[in-house]
Amino acid sequence: MDTSRSYLEPSSFSKKIAAAIIIVYTVITLIPISWMVMTSFKNVDSAISYPPEVLFEPSLEGYVNLFTNRSRQSPEYLDSLPPPENWYEELVRSREMVITGPSKFLGRYSNSMIIGFGSTFASVFLGALAAYAFSRFRVPLKDDLLFFILSTRMFPPIAVAVPIFIMYRKIGLGDTHLGMIILYTVVNLSLAVWLLKGFMDEIPKEYEEAAMIDGYSRLQAFFKVVLPQAMTGIAATAIFCMIFSWNEYAFAVLLTQFNAQTAPPFIPTIIGEGGLDWPAIGAGTTLFLLPVMIFTIILRKHLLRGITFGAVRK
Amino acid sequence: MSQIKIVNLQKSFGDFTAVKNSNLKINDKEFFVLLGPSGCGKTTTLRMIAGLELPTSGEIYLGEEEVGMLRASERDIAFVFQLFALYPHMNVRNNLSFPLKMQGYKKNDIKTRVEEAAKLLRIDHLLSSNISSLSGGDRQRVALGRALVRRPKAFLMDEPLGTLDAEFRELMCLELKKLHIDIGATTVYVTHDQLEAMSLADRIAVMDGGQILQADEPNIIYNKPKTKFVASFIGSPGMNFIDINEGISNEQSSISIEDVNFNIPKQFENSKSNKNFFGIRPENLSLTNKGGLKGSVFGVEYLGSRKIITVKTNIGEIKVKTDISINIKLNENVQIKPSNDNIIIFDGETDKSLNSEFMK
Repeated sequence: MDTSRSYLEPSSFSKKIAAAIIIVYTVITLIPISWMVMTSFKNVDSAISYPPEVLFEPSLEGYVNLFTNRSRQSPEYLDSLPPPENWYEELVRSREMVITGPSKFLGRYSNSMIIGFGSTFASVFLGALAAYAFSRFRVPLKDDLLFFILSTRMFPPIAVAVPIFIMYRKIGLGDTHLGMIILYTVVNLSLAVWLLKGFMDEIPKEYEEAAMIDGYSRLQAFFKVVLPQAMTGIAATAIFCMIFSWNEYAFAVLLTQFNAQTAPPFIPTIIGEGGLDWPAIGAGTTLFLLPVMIFTIILRKHLLRGITFGAVRK
Repeated sequence: MSQIKIVNLQKSFGDFTAVKNSNLKINDKEFFVLLGPSGCGKTTTLRMIAGLELPTSGEIYLGEEEVGMLRASERDIAFVFQLFALYPHMNVRNNLSFPLKMQGYKKNDIKTRVEEAAKLLRIDHLLSSNISSLSGGDRQRVALGRALVRRPKAFLMDEPLGTLDAEFRELMCLELKKLHIDIGATTVYVTHDQLEAMSLADRIAVMDGGQILQADEPNIIYNKPKTKFVASFIGSPGMNFIDINEGISNEQSSISIEDVNFNIPKQFENSKSNKNFFGIRPENLSLTNKGGLKGSVFGVEYLGSRKIITVKTNIGEIKVKTDISINIKLNENVQIKPSNDNIIIFDGETDKSLNSEFMK
């Protein structure tokens, strides 16, 4: 009998089954995403061809259409123009159109960046301060306050859309970056406080006490001793906050039009001539997916690594 | 180095008073142990001396200076935690250097001091190791080193050996004692382990319920406890208490228990109560054939060099520590009597020992 293997360890057969299930699940969840990415590299015709094309000649038309405004012109006018200066102009001309200027996508995309990262930073920073206070100090009515903070998540945020819309219009926060950052921070903050409090409770208070005896102030100890050790929790919280504020659609539709409009309400408005421009929508969605993906991949190692391992005996 | 003085120190958490009106004087270069069961306020007292808790009222003097409301970093003390609390993201050298860096020492000074401390604690070969690769004992040495490099006014230690296994604890106990003799630093040490306290301390303060019951040298704490709690908490097993259903008066020098007369040290005061306790340690009792308190053997424990015999009498179980050579069986009828005059009468009302020829 094989005695080297513990009885609690799964057999190689059940490991294979588990792997198979994970592979099937991964494929199923990746199909729509890969279809979206494929669509972004198709041209307008092959995107809507039936039966759908799995193998196709890749084209950057979707991306060109996403970033430009174009207008259709007569062949005579096109012939009268000087030859195209670069590859994307040539691509547009072959569709009997000319580029009239850059589209709004880049602006909307950077709005999403500013608001997404801004509110994530604010949520995590304020959340960490509050979580630390709740974790370490004798806050009067601590349990009630924590419940109150959580209760802000007990209704869908959009339920308060109308009052917020009216308030924002009155105080001039409508369609501003600051307004959206504040709004998403408010929504994310309760989650951040609760998540981070759990992580802070796990960090022995002796660390910051030792640092305070060695010469740090409370605030220095918080920034230089507690926060580095809470990195795992901060990373997890940041990812959750980022995903929410990056993907949020309803408030963005309602509260932003020009100045601070984010990408989610903008992408569905990309409509080509004579039908939806699927490759452009695919391109917009693919580019929209990237930041959260990269953000998560960067922070992933913090999610997996327990940095306090072995430093304290319990 | 300097002396530590606590005056009328009090600490409340909401309705709960953790430390009640405590007074203590810890001498310069003394190894002082705060001993007591968990929740007795010993750690809170230590944390107030350190500045990790602020007192509700009262004063703390470090040397001549009143530090009660100063920040921990402004007090020039070093603290060794039970959980070591080494900085996990730094190696041993950086852990040791950290307090010096914070105080703005020059690089060269830091290097010499760290290496000096490391040598003293025999961890100089570990200086570039990571904290997570160290054994429990080595981590504790690093934690001590981090306290040592500062050359602070006082060392405060909160059960620093509590998490080590028994064998290691004994070794570290010896090392701590030697270290204390080598550097002669005022040390306040908190523990619930009486053996640790007895072997390390110059003086011990026994605490219970937020109060300091007695602060004395280990042999006085053991032999002449001032309260019933101290008598029962110290010693293994603790002191025997035999109920006396009569008042004790000044000049009294004998007492009758179960119709047997026992000589007691001459008492110097009247008891406040008519229900008092006759206290005697198990090793001060012996078995006899006649003229003692009658009972039967209820249990026999072998402790290697000694035997503990539990005798069941009409007035409760009494433990006797005897020589290993005594051969005795369960349920055998025996008589017990004091073998010397180490007898203390505790007042039933105040739980305090009465002053006597022995206690004086």
